[in-house]
Amino acid sequence: MHFVVCAKQIPDPETPPSAFRVDESKNEVIPAQGIAPVLSQFDGIAAEAALRVKEAGADVKITVVSMGKESAQAAIKQVLAMGADEGLLLDDDAFQGGDWTTTVNVLAAAIQKLGDVDAVFCGRQAADWDMGQTGLGIAETLGWPCAILTKDVKVADGAMTVQRVLPDGVQTVKMPLPSVVTVSNELGEPRYPKLQQIMQAAKKTVTKWSAADLGIDTGSIGAGAARLKLERLFIPQTGGQVILMEGDTPQEQAANLVKALQADKVL
Amino acid sequence: MAQDVLVVGEISDGAISSTTGELIGAAKGIADGGAVSVVLLGSAAAGAASSAFEAGATRAYVGGDAAFDTFKADQWTDAVNNAIDQGSPAVVLMAQSPVGRDLGPRVAFRRNSAVAMDCVTVGVDGGVFKATRPCYGGNAQAVYSFTTSPAVATVRAKSFDPPAPQAGASGETVELPAPGDSKWDILGFEEVVTEGLQIEDATIVVSGGRGLGDEEGFRMVEQLASAFGDDKAAVGASRAAVDLGWYPVSQQVGLTGKVVTPDLYVAIAISGASQHMAGCSGSKMIIAVNRDPEANIFNSAKYGIVGDYKAVVPALIEAVKSA
Ligand SMILES: Cc1cc2nc3c(=O)[nH]c(=O)nc-3n(C[C@H](O)[C@H](O)[C@H](O)COP(=O)(O)OP(=O)(O)OC[C@H]3O[C@@H](n4cnc5c(N)ncnc54)[C@H](O)[C@@H]3O)c2cc1C
Ligand SMILES: Nc1ncnc2c1ncn2[C@@H]1O[C@H](COP(=O)(O)O)[C@@H](O)[C@H]1O
Repeated sequence: MHFVVCAKQIPDPETPPSAFRVDESKNEVIPAQGIAPVLSQFDGIAAEAALRVKEAGADVKITVVSMGKESAQAAIKQVLAMGADEGLLLDDDAFQGGDWTTTVNVLAAAIQKLGDVDAVFCGRQAADWDMGQTGLGIAETLGWPCAILTKDVKVADGAMTVQRVLPDGVQTVKMPLPSVVTVSNELGEPRYPKLQQIMQAAKKTVTKWSAADLGIDTGSIGAGAARLKLERLFIPQTGGQVILMEGDTPQEQAANLVKALQADKVL
Repeated sequence: MAQDVLVVGEISDGAISSTTGELIGAAKGIADGGAVSVVLLGSAAAGAASSAFEAGATRAYVGGDAAFDTFKADQWTDAVNNAIDQGSPAVVLMAQSPVGRDLGPRVAFRRNSAVAMDCVTVGVDGGVFKATRPCYGGNAQAVYSFTTSPAVATVRAKSFDPPAPQAGASGETVELPAPGDSKWDILGFEEVVTEGLQIEDATIVVSGGRGLGDEEGFRMVEQLASAFGDDKAAVGASRAAVDLGWYPVSQQVGLTGKVVTPDLYVAIAISGASQHMAGCSGSKMIIAVNRDPEANIFNSAKYGIVGDYKAVVPALIEAVKSA
């Protein structure tokens, strides 16, 4: 079998809020100084899900695919170090400036070109824009079944069986291959690669495909094909100045807090 | 400018859910005199249609077949797609619920259009439909317009007030056909029961974070919640605390947990990372106990106590009890 893990490189989402800046004139996030971009957290977890299927005994090749710039090699290498077999970087200036539709078009074209893909593993959402639509978009575009927000993935006998995380419980769903699954944090932490694996991954060559390699219609990619138009990006205002409770002892501070809550009619 | 809006409804206890009511309210504003339709699926759909009309919908697409009773994403997508074929709405709204998270992108891609997920505001601005959504873990907000139709948006619960119901209001009902085969074979469901008050329903939420130091710290957080009243207050947790195994994932507040909007949110030993605030910033008031006066939580809190929670929380429990 052949699995694809979709992995995106993003600005570190754990950047402290005080270091987070937006250029409102360009509607862009200004990269925080000295904080390196990372593999989107849930994509590491998606890779973990694919690797667990492989370890359970399935005969699988895992290809990690990222659409991004050259720097996204680092995200690909990280998943290779975890145990994926091959890396594929989709890099072309023509891919830049689009939206989720155009990303889906590029990823779906790559999956079609790979040809023999049985399952696609995505994160529940990329931790930059927190959108959560790419996996479903790929599935709809390819006409494959899809389940989102899963915490367990098994593949056997031409079918995928997943556990979906719902607010009131866990649902088990089976669907035929080829299929798409999006993986949530409830699956557990992704594995830490060993030093030796990191070194091996560093040496692996990552295949690169451009728009021409994909043979994709350039009218379906990049800024011109975007359907969502970002009108404005801004940092919302938070509440204002906190009032810290005075008092020589915790008891006094607590009493002052309760008085303030009573004055505000919260208590 | 009048335009038609379609709401994907969800049913609870035989009537539209509170979130569906909120969406119909939002849809009326966007429609500006255009039709507000609702899709309702499952054997309770016909009954629920009357509650949708009372909330202000003018048309209901009703798929009453019992095969719709269990959500199967492909069948529901077909049904919503069918309603869009018939009504050609300019805007499709659904909840940021398990149903909406799944259907929003499917419907958008099926229609060669686009979706904005988890919006906190949707409305018409200068004649153009726009959707505002938090991103970057809640650090930023993005406003989108759409170059294609229908514009699809999933909307966070409690972003809009539900309209006051008009008793006896009625509307047009359009039947949707029974679904075709689904590629989903549902093998089972294991219910996870959270006892007592659900955090989404509580008027006070007291949450603990990694700074509690251990699982035992949550006993103190629970006692504080009880002091506020077991019928009013529930206990939440940060993702860090949940990941450490100190508290169940059902109680996690934040971007990847629950979104809560209580009257009072009490953050104990929580730093206030944007992804945590994404789940509680809609609270009417936030107060915090943290030993670090620079902690980000104090940027959102109205009141704070700087100190070790082990000394502050017991004092707070006594003060609340004697209040
Ligand atoms: C994609 C993504 C999604 C995420 N989703 C969520 C989510 O849904 N919910 C969530 O909560 N997080 C989420 N996170 C994680 C988030 O970024 C933070 O890492 C997390 O919220 C930190 O939890 P914390 O505040 O409990 O821990 P810390 O950040 O470690 O903060 C502990 C705080 O306790 C204080 N403290 C320590 N000891 C004491 C003491 N004795 N008395 C008083 N105060 C003390 C410290 O000063 C500090 O402020 C997500 C992250 C990512 C990348
Ligand atoms: N540029 C990209 N390259 C590879 N995978 C991506 C890319 N963008 C999104 N994905 C995948 O789609 C998931 C959901 O992304 P999103 O819809 O942007 O929240 C991510 O977790 C990735 O698995």
